[in-house]
Amino acid sequence: MANEVCFRTLHRDRSWTLEVYESEGGYEALKKVLAGDWSPAEVVDLVKKSGLRGRGGAGFPTGIKWSFISRDMPGDKYIVCNSDEGEPGTFKDRDILRYNPHALIEGMIIAGYVINAVAGYNYIRGEFWEPYERFEAALEEARQAGYLGKDILGSGYDYDLHTHLGAGAYICGEETALLESIEGKKGQPRFKPPFPAQFGLFGRPTIINNTESLASIPDILRQGPDWFRELGVENSGGSKLFSVSGNVNRPGNFEVPLGTSFAELLEMAGGVTEGRKLKAVIPGGSSAPVIPGEQMMDLNMDYDAIQNAGSMLGSGAVIVMDDSNCMVKVLDRMSYFYHEESCGQCTPCREGTGWLYRVVHRIETGRGRQEDLDLLDDVAARIAGRTICALGDAAAMPVQGMLKHYRDEFQYHIDHKKCMVGAGG
Amino acid sequence: MNAATDKNSLFDARIRAEIDHWIAKYPPEWKQGACMAALRIVQDANGGWLSNELMDDVASYLDMPPIAVYEVATFYSMYELKPVGKHKVCVCTNVSCMLNGCDRIVEHLEGRLGIKFGEVTEDGRFSLKEVECLGACGGAPMLQIGNKYYENLTPELVDSILDGLE
Repeated sequence: MANEVCFRTLHRDRSWTLEVYESEGGYEALKKVLAGDWSPAEVVDLVKKSGLRGRGGAGFPTGIKWSFISRDMPGDKYIVCNSDEGEPGTFKDRDILRYNPHALIEGMIIAGYVINAVAGYNYIRGEFWEPYERFEAALEEARQAGYLGKDILGSGYDYDLHTHLGAGAYICGEETALLESIEGKKGQPRFKPPFPAQFGLFGRPTIINNTESLASIPDILRQGPDWFRELGVENSGGSKLFSVSGNVNRPGNFEVPLGTSFAELLEMAGGVTEGRKLKAVIPGGSSAPVIPGEQMMDLNMDYDAIQNAGSMLGSGAVIVMDDSNCMVKVLDRMSYFYHEESCGQCTPCREGTGWLYRVVHRIETGRGRQEDLDLLDDVAARIAGRTICALGDAAAMPVQGMLKHYRDEFQYHIDHKKCMVGAGG
Repeated sequence: MNAATDKNSLFDARIRAEIDHWIAKYPPEWKQGACMAALRIVQDANGGWLSNELMDDVASYLDMPPIAVYEVATFYSMYELKPVGKHKVCVCTNVSCMLNGCDRIVEHLEGRLGIKFGEVTEDGRFSLKEVECLGACGGAPMLQIGNKYYENLTPELVDSILDGLE
């Protein structure tokens, strides 16, 4: 079974139009919510019951997040969607925006109604111009149809949605950096607490969710929380979009039930390229520690299974690597990324990501020293848990994962000033 | 600029209308929310880069201290603080693109254009920029020129893309 939630309408021509979305049951859930079939509190309970966990990477239960804001809180409240898709390997939200934007809009309106928000913002990364235009066109259709604006469908509820475009900064995928960015500042994460539910956008209570999470809401309500939860497995309700890339024959997005075996997902992506052997897999975006291919073939794609294997499901970005790849080179590139994208606010991350990159890079280029492996372990441990946001952890985890599983390749590089893979080892 | 300066003198009417469209998205006391969009709009109208003067004008237009605008312009990678080519070729070299041979694409581009990352061709037509993951890893290797993504690149495809540009 595949494509049952966010990708449910993708088999249709022009799936992104209002006409097609409505013909597939679109906006039915919103109509019921506005008609009072469920009270706002009941909607939150349904989302909790569905087992939906945040699809951006952290996996926090969406219904619980929603329950942090009461609709009776006075003053302006906001809904924010995080479409700042930037975790290396991830390209799923781009396709939701391009092919099913109305599911996201409907989800954002429902979320808005639940907390009585005055407006919502969808933060789309600046490079996503085509998805931005698609989303804007869908917003206009929704306004014309009376789903947005004043007195939505005669309910008395006023609410509008706006797009905010990013301008190139991985860190803005961090929720509080994203809020700063909407406010027209550089995207540096805020201390938490206070959490966005207390002090969010413009200093007001705010719910911020990932694109895929919000786009799942309409179907959860329309088909019921039990239907959704039972698609998945214990503690991992529903299905999930997996972005499979790297050394596979048919890379792409696959929406499959959580708990689907990795072997099955790999098969859907056409298997490993050119009949090569599977070497390693990064199961949840480049911040997730690597897992050796052999171990991965026995794992299922759900939160617990991947966590028990020492990694994380993250954003669902599955990067497949075959046996022609040198893990030192891969880590070299990833460490460069985190160094490049550190916002510079916290010393352990600003300085530490530079250390990690420089040490990995000198090993990769044949200038490694015997003590470098211990140094990497040490620096990674001194970044992790010592920064305002998770970017520090995200930089440390891949290093720790690579050293845990592929220490011999790093050692070979130091000893022989060249690559074990290239040497036929 | 003193408060009496006419904001209409800062940009032409089309640019003002575009910026005003973004200002309207944010609460009146949060006009600054439009800073990122304003920088993008004036950068596009200026051949792809931001001069100090333009940043100061954005600051005046949005009633922001100039330093707050500089902070934004220097933080985000899509803003350019010096001239770029007419076509800015942004090549992703992150993991998925690397696994799919982006090195070959970079080499081909450097050879054809005779420039490295961060440089502009002598005729000013092209500049090359290394970028981080653009969220299109299913089509790796990929690059972006202007607002458009080009995916599943081969050296031949790169040639035909460049040949097709004005």
